[in-house]
This record gives sequence, C-alpha cells and structure tokens, in this order.
Amino acid sequence: MSETAAMATPMHLIARHAASAVWLARYIERIDNLARLLDVTKTHSHDDGDWLPILRINGDITDFFERYAEVTHDNVARFYLVDADSPNSVQAAINAAKENARTLRALISTEMWLQINVFHSRIRALTDADLAPDRMSALCAMLKEGAQAHVGISEGTFYRDQCWHFTMIGRYLERADQTTRLLDTQFSTLATHSGTDPDVDAGKWHALVRAAGGYHAYRREHPHGYRPAEVADFLLANTAFPRAVSLNLSQIEWHLTQLRARYHLRGCGRALERLDDLGSVLTRDAVATLVPRGLSTFLDKVQREIAALHDDVIVGLCGG
Amino acid sequence: MAETAVTQTQAQSQTPPSADSAGLLQGYDPNGFFCEILRRGQSPNSGLELLCARLAQLPIEVLRRRAVDAERDLLERGITFTVYSDATAIDRILPFDLIPRVITAPEWQHIETGVIQRVRALNLFLHDIYHEGKILADGVVPRELVLGNAGYCKLMAGFDVPFGTYVHICGTDIVRDETGRFMVLEDNARTPSGVSYVVENRHMTQRVLSDVMVGLKVRGVDEYGLRLHRALVEIAPQGVLDPQVVLLSPGIFNSAYFEHVFLAREMGVPLVEGRDLVVENHRVFMRTTAGLAPVHTIYRRLNDDFLDPDAFRPDSALGVRGLVEAWRRGNVAVANAVGTGVADDKAVYAYMPRIIRYYLSEEPILANVETHICSEPEALAYTLDHLAELVVKPVAESGGYGILIGPHASQAQLATFRSRLIADPANYISQPTLKLSVCPTLTDTGVAPRHIDLRPFAVTGRDTWVLPGGLTRVALRAGTLVVNSSQGGGSKDTWVLA
Repeated sequence: MSETAAMATPMHLIARHAASAVWLARYIERIDNLARLLDVTKTHSHDDGDWLPILRINGDITDFFERYAEVTHDNVARFYLVDADSPNSVQAAINAAKENARTLRALISTEMWLQINVFHSRIRALTDADLAPDRMSALCAMLKEGAQAHVGISEGTFYRDQCWHFTMIGRYLERADQTTRLLDTQFSTLATHSGTDPDVDAGKWHALVRAAGGYHAYRREHPHGYRPAEVADFLLANTAFPRAVSLNLSQIEWHLTQLRARYHLRGCGRALERLDDLGSVLTRDAVATLVPRGLSTFLDKVQREIAALHDDVIVGLCGG
Repeated sequence: MAETAVTQTQAQSQTPPSADSAGLLQGYDPNGFFCEILRRGQSPNSGLELLCARLAQLPIEVLRRRAVDAERDLLERGITFTVYSDATAIDRILPFDLIPRVITAPEWQHIETGVIQRVRALNLFLHDIYHEGKILADGVVPRELVLGNAGYCKLMAGFDVPFGTYVHICGTDIVRDETGRFMVLEDNARTPSGVSYVVENRHMTQRVLSDVMVGLKVRGVDEYGLRLHRALVEIAPQGVLDPQVVLLSPGIFNSAYFEHVFLAREMGVPLVEGRDLVVENHRVFMRTTAGLAPVHTIYRRLNDDFLDPDAFRPDSALGVRGLVEAWRRGNVAVANAVGTGVADDKAVYAYMPRIIRYYLSEEPILANVETHICSEPEALAYTLDHLAELVVKPVAESGGYGILIGPHASQAQLATFRSRLIADPANYISQPTLKLSVCPTLTDTGVAPRHIDLRPFAVTGRDTWVLPGGLTRVALRAGTLVVNSSQGGGSKDTWVLA
C-alpha cells in the first residue's frame, strides 16, 4: 500500500542532493576498497616494488612522484592514509564523504550521520605512527569496518525513498569501477607470466582475489586452483559475487528502473540504454573468448562505460 | 565488567547525602541575584521543591560524568555551530549545562501573553510603516528613525502580506532583574536562531538526566516543526491544494547550518540553497530529479541583502534572481518578510512600549529595559556622564559584538568607547547594567550561580503560537553578562512546568 501512496504523491528530491547521495556512497566505498588493497598488498608483498600496482590502479603515479621520490611501503602508506592533499587518500575520501553527508543531513538517518562523523574524526586522527608495518592490518581493518558499518547502518535505518536509490547507485558504480581497475592492473601481468613459477603465481592470484574480497567465495566456486579465465569470469561476469561487475551493473539497473517507475524520473533513459549495451557485451561467453587474447582493451572500454554511466546519472537526473 | 559497573552505579545512587557531598546545591550562594531555582522570597512551588530535592541527592561526580557524556554526544552528533575568526572556521558545540532552568506555569502564562502581544504590535507597526505611516504622522515614533533606518526596505511599501504577518518567526530576548521581574532586552524579528538547541537540549536531558526529570510536569517542545510547517502552509498563495514549503539556507558553511537541517527535517521539507531554486514567469521552482517542481512558501534563513540579486545586492550568489518580484505578485510566500529589520532595531526597540499602546490600546505585559537613544542629545549627555555604569550597544549589530559593559571595562576601554560614541552617537543606545538572574551551573569549582537569559520562539501565520520553552543562554564565565554563543556562552534546557 505504501507503494501506491508513493505513486500518488511522489516526494521530490532536489537534484543536487541526488548527486551528493551518489558521491557519498562512492567515497565511503572507495575507503573500503583502498583499505582492502593496502591490506592485501602489505600481507603479500615481498619487496617495495609490490606497492607500485596500487598507484597504478588508482591512476596516482604522477601525483605520487610529485611528492615522493621512491615507492616504498612507508611512502605509499603515507600517501594513501595520512596525506590529506593526495586526492585519492582515505583522508580526502572521508572529507568528501562528510561534506556530502552534511549536505544530505536532513535526508539521511541520524545514525548514519553520527557514524560518518565519528569515522571522520577517527581517520583525521591518524598519524605516521599508525602506519608502522605491524599496525597496518589493524588500521585497514578499522577502515573496512567503518565503511561496512556505514553500509549496514544505511541498510537498517535509511528511509528507502529516491535518495536511497541514488546512494545505492553510487555504491554499485564505485564497486564496478574498482573491480575493473583491480583486474586491469593485475590481470595482464599475471596471465602472461602464468606458468613460470606456480607457487609465486598462486600467491599473486590469491592476492588478487583476496583484494576483491572474494577469496572464500572463489574457492567454493573453483576449488581446483586459479585459471585466468575463471578469475576473470568471477570478477566480471559472476552474478552472485558482491563485487563482480555484472552484479553491480544489474543492481544499478534495478534501482534506475525503480526510480523511473515509482518516481517518474524521465532522465533515467540514457543510463538504462547504456546498461543494456554493456550487459550484452559483458557476458560469460564474451569474457571466455577474450581472455586468451588479453583483457586490456576490453577492460578499458568497460571502465570508460562505467564512467559514462556515472555521467548519465548525474546529467540526466542530478541537474548536471 | 558489566556487573561491577552496575554495582557501582547503584552504590552511587543509594549513597545518602553526607556532610561533604550533600548534593549539588551545598554551598551554592546566588550572591543577591535572583536565582531561578531557589526562588528566595517566593511562595514554594511543588515542582521546584521536588527538583531541588533531587539535585540535592545527586553527587557532583555523577553530574560531572554525565556532563562529559553529554558533551561527547553533542560533538559526535555534530550538533555544532561554526565560529569564524580571522581565516579559520571551527565547528564548536554550544556548551550545554545539565542543570535546567525552570519557568513556573504562572510565569509562563505571563511570558506567553507578553510575547504574543509584542508580536502583534510588531506586525501592526510593520504594516503601518509600509502603508499609511500613521504612527509616524502622529509623531509617536520619529519618521527619520524609521525611514532612514538600514532595516527599512522601500520595496515593501504598499505591499500586502497574508494576515498582515511580517514576522512569522520571532525570538524575543527576555531577562530577569534582581526582583525576578521579566523584561524584554530585544526583539529578533529577522531570522532568529536557536530553536534547534531548545529541542536538542531537551533530547539531551532525556538521555542523561531522566531520573531528575521524571514525574515533573515539564511541557514538551517537540511540536515546533509541526506548528512552523502549519504556519508556513497558511501563508502560501491561496488556492494551492498542498503547498510546497522549502527551507532556504546559505549552505553547509553557514554557522547555523545545523539548525537549518534540524528545521527542514522537523518539517519534512527540502533544505535548498539559492542555486536549487529558479524563477520562471514570476513563479518559483526547485530543481528536482524529475525536473522543475513548484515552490509555494520559502522559509529563508538568508538575510534580506542576499535574497535576490535583482532586488538587493547584485553580487549575491546565495539568493534567487526574481524571487522578490514573484513574491510581490503573490505567487510565493516568504518568511520572514523582507524589511522586518526596522522593527528589531535597537533604537526602535526603545519605542516598543509606546508602539504597543498606540496600536493595541493596552499596557505592555512585558516591560522594556530603560533605554537611552544616543541620537537624542540629552540621552547622549546622560550616557557619556554615566558610561562606567551603563551597557552601551551599537544599534545595528547582533550576536553581542561591539558592546561596552561599563562596570567591567578598563579606563582605556571607556576612553576608546567614549570617542567612538561622540563620533557616531546615532549608532548607539545605552541601558543600565542589569543584575541578571542566575541559575545554578556546573563549573570547574563546583556548582555556582551564572547569569542567564531566555529566548522564547513565537510562530505566526494566521495566529501566534509560542513554543512552551525557549533557549536559555548562560554566561559560563564567572561574573560575565554576555550570553551569546559567539562570545563563550552556553545553554540550558528550559523547563516550563504545566
């Protein structure tokens, strides 16, 4: 019955607030992803060179070398965890998240605001001392927990009106984006060098799947070990793994459909069309055919499409 | 761990008051000021007696612990205001003192009727000066004081507002002297703030002091959002079935942003900024995810100057172009109306008793504080002669800035102020230094008397309703009289007894 009521007098959502909702979710999700990546890298790194891929994933090579001479654990950790000037650090992300939450404060639940506010103070209080190798895991766990607490509190307290749909779209966009980035930087090296040293390879595949937070699920699906095609399929085309690109795109589609049906938002068209096209490209068969030739070009395209999808949502629905 | 904690708490609450920890009020002395809790010389009140007995049972360590909890809670909730000084902006909480300020039922009746009377007079005055100007023609208020006032807005001349209501939200600052008499210190008729603290302070009391409050008949303050929304719907253009109300804020960097959020949420209306609104064909719309949607009433928390670059400051990026014209054509309502600043001017304030008598043929229910208008030669002479005894205020400032408190000023400060006063007398008024009433307040050295004031909030659409409560501000530093939040003041929960 409540659905009928919503149809009769749909509550308006200010376009700018919809954009803030998308960004709020993206920034919180970014913290989660970054913490995962740092944690896994720390656990599986053998030398400082292993820290390079993180910079590559986030497109931060130039920014990083403007301020630091060498890629080392200490420098990368500082760059991402305590450096407020580096645009992709957790500091920058939590600041941006809080600013968006502040904009949305009349719409999000009090519990959500409270948690972001406390999480923000905790992250702002981080110092170089927290970056010591023996404390990194605890720090990453704190960050992941904070981001997950946000997700959980939203699930339990956020009124599911338009604003909620936009938040969910932001979260899924960020997940899809992060997963393609992760694959893009790791997959090609791993797939080409595969077979030279099985133990090292297994460790690296393991780290890749773990960085996506999918280790146990992957094991259950593929108990025999790592095959490049199966890893790619798992991260791209799986429909059950929470960070698989396909799953996230279909969630976005569901939310857009809801926005169109329940709130009569005509601006959903472009985004839905793009999702349709992407869906036809991103199939298990397509991934299986592509793997032997290399995924790079394909992943570039998917990444560009995800970025374009974000723009479709912002331009079409959030007033640009 | 949990068990130990429970035992300790029980032990504390069961400890009878002993000689050295006989509760909060032991050794408390209001020093000849009127104390809002002890009420010496007044007939006993059962609610106050019960409160005193409970406070006497409460060890100070318990109160301190709860105060720490409350402060952390406010910070975590982000119930903050922003202080701007030099180039920095800091989020601060308004310090909250747990010991409540109490207003008895007869006292409230007096305040409520007094505030309603004052709001009526203010609205009649505004209507008059923007129409016939009878009060000016009759010489009750000097014409120059009104027409030459910075708050007077020519655009409003001849323009009718629904129900003749200009001041939809009014905050009346009230103090009490050493005899317990209530007096109005100033009217805030533009965009008074602080009501969010009234409600949040109550929520805080309920969280940390419910054992002291239980059974006392304290009137609720949760109705504010509903009442405000109702008034804003009443003033919407006629014939609109379900008027869309919005709250217009300067944005997240405004010092009162928390209050804007609070009010939007309490009313269930969108919190917008100027860039979210657009005027087309003299109608106001908001930019939503579904396109443009009509807006019928705007509760603006933006000063007149910034409201509409077409009508006022052309450089305002915060306002909405064409808004004033849309309003003048009756397509949207704006609260408070533009041009109310002339009514809360500190010099016009001095005429309020005469304004009340003029329009209502009634005696003022709430007295004014004796006020000397320095633009008048005699008043200036008196002020200069008695500078060390008086409080001198600039007429156009708010927030407690630029005030001289004679008895607390150094010789050098007095000399500086004297020359400022001689240079621009019309900018100042002076008043006697009041012996403001006090309330027991938790300080570093125990519970001590601190000066307080009261700002009740009146909401007016068709009629006026006054929130049973108000913002009690407390001057936390010993001896100081300035209660403004920007000047180191704090606040207390205000309990109006039923």
